[in-house]
Amino acid sequence: MPSDVTEEVLGVIAQTQRIPRENITLDSRFEELGLDSMDAVNIMFALEDKFDITIPDEAAKQIRNIRQMVEGVQHIVDSKAVQ
Amino acid sequence: MPRVAVTGVGAICAIGNTREQFTQSLREGRCGIAPITLADVSGFRFLNGAEVKGYRPEDHFEAKQIDLIDRFAQFAAIAAREAVADAAIQWSDELRERCAIVTGACVGGQSTEDQGFWDVYKMGKPRVHPMTIPRTMANAGASYISMDLGVGGPSWTVSTACSSSNHAIGQAFHMVRAGDADLAIAGGSEAVFSFGILKAWEAMRVVSGDICRPFSKDRTGMILGEGGAMLVLEPLEKALSRGAKVYCEIAGFGMSADAHHITQPSVEGPVRAMRMALRDAGVGPQIIDYVNAHGTGTEANDATETAAIRQVFGEHADRLAVSSTKSMHGHALGAAGALEAAATILAIRDGFIPPTANYRVPDPACDLDIVPNRSREARIHCAISNSFAFGGLNAVLLFTS
Repeated sequence: MPSDVTEEVLGVIAQTQRIPRENITLDSRFEELGLDSMDAVNIMFALEDKFDITIPDEAAKQIRNIRQMVEGVQHIVDSKAVQ
Repeated sequence: MPRVAVTGVGAICAIGNTREQFTQSLREGRCGIAPITLADVSGFRFLNGAEVKGYRPEDHFEAKQIDLIDRFAQFAAIAAREAVADAAIQWSDELRERCAIVTGACVGGQSTEDQGFWDVYKMGKPRVHPMTIPRTMANAGASYISMDLGVGGPSWTVSTACSSSNHAIGQAFHMVRAGDADLAIAGGSEAVFSFGILKAWEAMRVVSGDICRPFSKDRTGMILGEGGAMLVLEPLEKALSRGAKVYCEIAGFGMSADAHHITQPSVEGPVRAMRMALRDAGVGPQIIDYVNAHGTGTEANDATETAAIRQVFGEHADRLAVSSTKSMHGHALGAAGALEAAATILAIRDGFIPPTANYRVPDPACDLDIVPNRSREARIHCAISNSFAFGGLNAVLLFTS
């Protein structure tokens, strides 16, 4: 990292949350970006749409920061590519 | 101001198609959650719901009527018939005009709308059913009850998401207490098991892929339910003078708005609603024996509600019984408050406290006596029933035996 997935995930967060892209890094915590749990659900909805993936509830509940979100999406995208 | 008595109860839900079946299930702690059959949920993140079992509309309505009435309004009418029969009302022309109907509904007839939209969007049909609008409207329950019983008094519907029917019962209580109605039929109904509505709930990530375990450390979310419940309210003196059976009184009602967040619960809003209900009834927190909790089984609600209860009741919180009957009948949204009011009233009548079913692991954030898994024999003198809605609109009813 940073990979294409990283860039795209950060782009989705910036776009859906109306946050300047340059303010978001892999180490940003949701709280410092002013994001709550419903914002996280909205971001995951956009990510599922963008990458054509499904993020399970159990995985979604573990995500506390941007890095975990990127890694989670990368993992799902990779397993999809293997299939 | 006149005191307000509950003289009739009707209920239909996942754990009972009649009031007495419902009572029996509450006492036995029977859980009505099972795989969803009313919609194709294959591939969904959740497969379970609390559907009304063995329901046949033709047992309750003429074939021609069924086409005109969405399932949610059918439940409203069935519960109202049962409640009115239970109260043994002697109708007169004057009473029909002095009787109010207040119903709660969250999604109303959206299942009908969903079917119609499926037909036009997905199936490419050029038209939807001509009764789509009157079946969908949230007031269809109140309208149908008024036609069914010939009641011509003030009638309307309240929609405040999961608090809808507590607000409805509270409004009816106000009408009767103020002398604006001599009788009221109040409650709520809901029927959410339709593909599009379930998809919308799935997207929110608040519905459990497992089962509803309120206050349990391993809880994973709410389970949707359906059904309806209605109460008959009248001035206590009139009820006693006509020799009616009195279940209990509604003595207080409290409302508040969180003014906080569209989906996340707050502590302060529920605290204000509970305190307002106590103040309205003119009682202190120490006389409450039982709290029928909102208790959805989501991580956020149960911890927040526990904190709110602790703030309102102080040390007395450790002497309260607090249970969530949603663990058995699911979260019936606009019918939730009415089903839980009915559960509380029936518990007062029969001297037991309904349990919180499916409970497994204590959670320090929910450290109340939540009556795990088994009902308890106990006289309830005074109880409250909480409803806290998405959108932060809270409603609390207070009952006295």
